[in-house]
Amino acid sequence: MATKASRSAARFMMAPAVVLLLGWMLVPLIMTLWFSFTKYLPLRGDSIDRGLDWVGFSNYARFISSSSFWPSVQTTLVMVGGVLLITLVLGILLAILLDQPMWGQGVVRILVIAPFFVMPTVSALVWKNMLMDPVNGILAHLWRFFGAEPVAWLQDASLSSIIMIVSWQWLPFATLILLTAIQSLDSEQLEAAEMDGAPVLKRFWHIVLPHLARAITIVILIQTIFLLSIFAEIFVTTGGAFGTRTLTYLIFQRVIDSQNIGLGSAGGVYAIILANIVAIFLMRIVGKNLDA
Amino acid sequence: MARSVTTKRKMITTAAAWTIGLIIFFPIYWTILTSFKTEAQAINDPPLFFAFDWTLENYAVVQERSDYMKFLWNSVIIAGGSTILGILVAIPAAWSMAFVPSKRTKDILLWMLSTKMLPAVGVLYPISLIFVEFNLLDTRGGLVVVLMLINLPIIVWMLYTYFKEIPGEILEAARMDGATLKEEILYVLTPMAIPGIASTVLLNFILAWNEAFWTLNLTASTAAPLTAFIASYSSPEGLFFAKLSAASTMAITPILILGWFSQKQLVRGLTFGAVK
Repeated sequence: MATKASRSAARFMMAPAVVLLLGWMLVPLIMTLWFSFTKYLPLRGDSIDRGLDWVGFSNYARFISSSSFWPSVQTTLVMVGGVLLITLVLGILLAILLDQPMWGQGVVRILVIAPFFVMPTVSALVWKNMLMDPVNGILAHLWRFFGAEPVAWLQDASLSSIIMIVSWQWLPFATLILLTAIQSLDSEQLEAAEMDGAPVLKRFWHIVLPHLARAITIVILIQTIFLLSIFAEIFVTTGGAFGTRTLTYLIFQRVIDSQNIGLGSAGGVYAIILANIVAIFLMRIVGKNLDA
Repeated sequence: MARSVTTKRKMITTAAAWTIGLIIFFPIYWTILTSFKTEAQAINDPPLFFAFDWTLENYAVVQERSDYMKFLWNSVIIAGGSTILGILVAIPAAWSMAFVPSKRTKDILLWMLSTKMLPAVGVLYPISLIFVEFNLLDTRGGLVVVLMLINLPIIVWMLYTYFKEIPGEILEAARMDGATLKEEILYVLTPMAIPGIASTVLLNFILAWNEAFWTLNLTASTAAPLTAFIASYSSPEGLFFAKLSAASTMAITPILILGWFSQKQLVRGLTFGAVK
């Protein structure tokens, strides 16, 4: 039984974590909100000390009406959607495969999971140079071997290339979670269905997929949150050129390259709202799980 | 009859799984292999898979030219420091939420998680301003604090799910025997919690090591960790595949090894206990 004393002790023990996170969340958030309503161009001499001019919602209007906004939203959606599709489809197939009896399962698992541990800057640069370089990359060698013209991946198929790189990084995550979920599937049910002569596809559709529904939802939500803020992979490959400027990257450019803090902050608020819409769904699922 | 079918099937799945596994692993294998070639061999057509003179020259060049050890040390300090600091803050919080839950515990946990979902780019400028104000730009201390804060929700969550599994009866029994709160934590709880704490430390060290938004944006040279060091290779000069490979190999090997130990915790830590 928790006593009154242990309750206040508990509150005291929770305090550092709560206070730190509250500060970490509120202070920058309030500053971003504030900046988003002001004209803030540090290169033209604007500074907090001298006071910033209040401009109402004009940054918000300008950010949305700028010619790069909608393309960046589209790029973001294509990238997140593409990576989700690839990692989920391949992840489900791979998880089912890895669940079968085989020799050396442990080693295969290690091979499949490895990309997740490679730091983003390394995977992006290795793919950009060693694999996708149009002259010396291994894919160029492969294309020439089959008599095809090598592709300048990051220029001519830039968005697809980045989707490929990011999918490579996230496939292990999807596979691992789906594999964990598949392993909890009641094998007797599957065997019974097999005995009854249910074909593979039917068994997959009616037994495996429904069982995976929760895990799939979680993969989608968690990956979406991480994918919305993909940065390093674009930073070291195309630098936002060739149609790879996502919303995150556009905001980064507004703030760092053009030093238009007001405009960038308004973009930041949009990004925060977008991420929160996804987050609400994730929280619901996680929250439900807490009750169980 | 049935047996031979299963063996045949097992052989097919084995072949398929190994093929796919090797394809997925190939970029890493190719990087490690290339790091032992000379620059000329690295771009040889056809690609050299085996017969080349192994050389350690690239490692020496990378170390000499860029002071690799400095970046490695920064990575160790930043990832290690933020993890230790995070654990110290998170253990009491997770402990109290797991063993003295209140009506608000669930809300607090979910709220903590929600801070993790704040897009970093949205608060990039405020954080930079704060860093300038407190002279934290390009310091390891500043990054330790930031990475601790971004990973704190995951640390609290992981510890919470582990602590939750420790049966409360044991604590009550200890209390019956007259154990004080301090003794309870020190002699009963800690030994049972160590495996969970170790997994949490491991996963968070990996996450902090690979973090590539704040480490790229808040460092210049003094405090730059390996993520930033590798990013400096994004503007190539002449032949550099072998050197890039050597630098990359050095940056990822420690984490690949640690990562293989943390496979199971990965699922739990990154799904916030929603998939076990």
